[in-house]
Amino acid sequence: MPFRKKDEKIVHPYIPNSVPEVKAKMLQEIGVKDIEELYESIPENLRFKGQLNLPEPLLSEHALRSHVEKILSKNTTCKETISFLGGGCWQHYVPAVCDEINQRSEFLTAYAGEPYEDHGRFQALFEYASLMAELLDMDVVNVPTYDWCQAASTSLRMAGRITGRKEALIIDTISPERLSAMKNYCRPVMTLQMINHRSQTGLMDVDDLESKTSSNTACIYFENPSYLGFIETQGKAISNIAHENGALIVVGADPTSLGVISPPSNYGADIACGDIQGLGIHMNYGGGLGGFIATRDEKEFVMEYPFRLFGITKTSVEGEYGFADVAYERTSFAKREEGKEFVGTMAALWGITAGVYLSLMGPKGMRELGRTIMQKSQYAMKKLSEIKGLKVPVFRSPHFKEFVVDFTDTGMTVESINKFLLENDIFGGKDISSEFPQLGNCALYCVTEIHTKGDIDKLAQTLSLCSQ
Amino acid sequence: MKAERNPKPRNFHQAKWDEPVIFELSRRGERGVLVPEIESEIEECVGDGTSILPENMRRKVPPGLPEISQMKVLKHYLHLSQQCLGADLNVDIGQGTCTMKYSPKINRLLAVSPKVTELHPFQDESTVQGALEIMYRLDLFLREISGMDRFTFQPGGGSSAILAMVSIIQAYHDFNKENQRDEVLTTIFSHPSDAAAAAVKGYKVVTLYPNEDGYVDIEALKKAISPRTAALLITNPEDTGIFNPQIAEFTRIAREVGALCGYDQANANGILGVTRAREAGFDMCFFNLHKTFSSPHGCGGPATGALGVREELKDFLPVPIVEFDGEKYFLNYDLSNTIGKVRGFYGVFPAILNAYAWIMSLGSAGLKEVANVAVLNNNYILKKVKEIRGASAPYAAGKHRIEQVRYSWQKLTEETGITTEDVTYRMADFGFHLWSSHHPFIVPQPFTIEPTESYSKDEIDEYIAGLKKVVEEAYSEPEKIKAAPHSSVVHKIDQSTLDDPEKWAITWRAYLRKHKKDA
Repeated sequence: MPFRKKDEKIVHPYIPNSVPEVKAKMLQEIGVKDIEELYESIPENLRFKGQLNLPEPLLSEHALRSHVEKILSKNTTCKETISFLGGGCWQHYVPAVCDEINQRSEFLTAYAGEPYEDHGRFQALFEYASLMAELLDMDVVNVPTYDWCQAASTSLRMAGRITGRKEALIIDTISPERLSAMKNYCRPVMTLQMINHRSQTGLMDVDDLESKTSSNTACIYFENPSYLGFIETQGKAISNIAHENGALIVVGADPTSLGVISPPSNYGADIACGDIQGLGIHMNYGGGLGGFIATRDEKEFVMEYPFRLFGITKTSVEGEYGFADVAYERTSFAKREEGKEFVGTMAALWGITAGVYLSLMGPKGMRELGRTIMQKSQYAMKKLSEIKGLKVPVFRSPHFKEFVVDFTDTGMTVESINKFLLENDIFGGKDISSEFPQLGNCALYCVTEIHTKGDIDKLAQTLSLCSQ
Repeated sequence: MKAERNPKPRNFHQAKWDEPVIFELSRRGERGVLVPEIESEIEECVGDGTSILPENMRRKVPPGLPEISQMKVLKHYLHLSQQCLGADLNVDIGQGTCTMKYSPKINRLLAVSPKVTELHPFQDESTVQGALEIMYRLDLFLREISGMDRFTFQPGGGSSAILAMVSIIQAYHDFNKENQRDEVLTTIFSHPSDAAAAAVKGYKVVTLYPNEDGYVDIEALKKAISPRTAALLITNPEDTGIFNPQIAEFTRIAREVGALCGYDQANANGILGVTRAREAGFDMCFFNLHKTFSSPHGCGGPATGALGVREELKDFLPVPIVEFDGEKYFLNYDLSNTIGKVRGFYGVFPAILNAYAWIMSLGSAGLKEVANVAVLNNNYILKKVKEIRGASAPYAAGKHRIEQVRYSWQKLTEETGITTEDVTYRMADFGFHLWSSHHPFIVPQPFTIEPTESYSKDEIDEYIAGLKKVVEEAYSEPEKIKAAPHSSVVHKIDQSTLDDPEKWAITWRAYLRKHKKDA
């Protein structure tokens, strides 16, 4: 029965066949009197009796909109303030065309169709992979997985399968949250062992690496730029140690840096991974993530990807491009538990969006983006370093867009400083004093192309008030 | 020429733009978008910014991205979008198990508000009370719908939720020092990821097969289950749309040997308000917010697998979970046995918001009406498909089904040589999807139809007319089907290069290297 609003029967706008005459006609065709008869297979003792305890529905679109907007109005956004938060989700500029394309009904509401009726999806995601491949200077990129956590986790598992080894060495400056996801994903098949960083520069302690690398090492994982913002400059040396020991190099990279910084493949990475959120996708409270994995075009690598890979091919019409799945038989869709890990609904729409972004930006845009971020973040480091009691940056290395600020000498906690900043409409950097207690009272600050000199100056002014 | 009005199926031709690959649109010097300018004061202060990079870390060769002006980029991707059939454009009932229902536009409008898109996950909790409230309230709704005690929205899809379930199962048995449990039981008509994610976590997978009623025999379960069983992971109703009436007995048997029971409710569309995970004896379950709860599928994500557990397993959930202290909402990281993280941050907030708004628009009676009409539509289609020559619905003869049916073209194939694959390609000519099924093909020449509640009887009739038309052709002019599609974006794709490492080309640069050496 259609439900009631006061005494009136309502046909809900989302349920066309609630119209009583239509329902009756369909029941008649089926040959039953009541919909209840169609549930004959569900025994009485499993039936949920009564009404679910849910709020009364907001039947009009107007009422629904008002209700949700009222709740959402309790949020204060990064656009209404000045935010210096990063740490795996970043506030970058999102070009209008990116939003225009990812809100198209055709892409937004498509799913798992064939290359025939959904050909555009296949081509758009092939192009995404192709554009990422240029940025990363590698030949194979997957249709996006969930996020960097998953991309890094799967990269380790791929390295484990390729080398037949079960231990991964991980740089200890990694995001603790990412590490947590990687540990869970690898347990109990692979073990993760941490490599120390050098306290002055943040860079990997290569002596520690050498002492830990062995014939059990499947791969060495580090990040560029690191979670703590500095750039790991010893890529080549680290790669040499790995390769001499028959291990692979996995590098987590920020694609927004690759217009100015060497892509991981150029200093020896066998697998590159990371997140595409910075490429034209809004932060969405952390919902804008998408993970990439890139490798060389070698069978032993390609066959270990669990995720969809779309390729270009011919059709029955000469000269026509066709796009479809490559090596589908490796996936869990084809082979269940015999496939490589698993594949499912992940982050395809963000892949299409990142493709649009890279198409708009081009080589010059990516270079300018990288340079602008470096200039603005260096300016911010300089301004903050002039404030008494602040040590900026903590690590004596070049940085990309994030850097650690040490507030220990102010005698204040990051929490109280951030509270003061918030009162002045500033979201201070992420408090990492419990993630990295050995660093002291530290926060991770992020400066991107969207920050103005005025924003940075305001931060510096407010912090100097606070540390007095 | 004369146009026939309202034929079923309609005359259709998909957009075909003969669209170049994006790199072919490049013209040196064109720009698509400009980056915010750097203030001269900053430049004076820090210089070029990149000069601090050591030589070995500088990018020497610019990335080989195309250079394209803005409108050309827009037009290219609009063309590609037109070459894609979203649920908004067709009677999307042929992708069975995927629950291709209507994703209301009002929810989308809310989800793209800056109050959603411009939030950073590490903002102070006082500045995201609205977001946390929606997460908390959706948790309450799903508790009611499932009978579970606590939900997390962290998993980024159904498979991620399965991985999280298996992780919890493993942590739970480790905690109880039951390390001998190295097997996970599932059924062949449960999603492939139920098997695959268990294998990722090191489990041996035992797969159970159905009897002629379409579900696993209780004796087969008893035979397979043992003190080595860590868990039973099962879908119900399964991909066949058949509800296993003995499910409570299954979970009881599993509990008796100390195994946990995980319920794959990625698709729960036919049973909302009808039957719940709790009464069936499950310890945990998950719902795909992009299936049952209407969040758009986005060509395959972003998405959410909302995972719910009983109170006893709450401490094993990934962190953080959202709590409410009577005054404010907050993130709780303090779970004693947490498996840690399964995804960055807290989940796909826009999907969470879509699901929240969808439930708020329907209420308790509305959800039940969704289920009822989805089941009505499905059984109507079952009746109609069984009347089509060459089609059949294996298992559970004469019985009704819940929200979907796995059919077979076996007879059609035997009589005409036309396979499921052929039919799917020809259906594209009428603007329809038809999906075969998950592998392996236990049902020969399978296809799966799931109508949901979203499509009108007239639309369903049009889809059936499409199937009938293809079947008529199969018996009268099969060569027309073999050459299909005729009205789609492309013609029959050459599959031979896609499995050949020498020839496959996963990116444009690989294509140029392998296939355009001379160009």
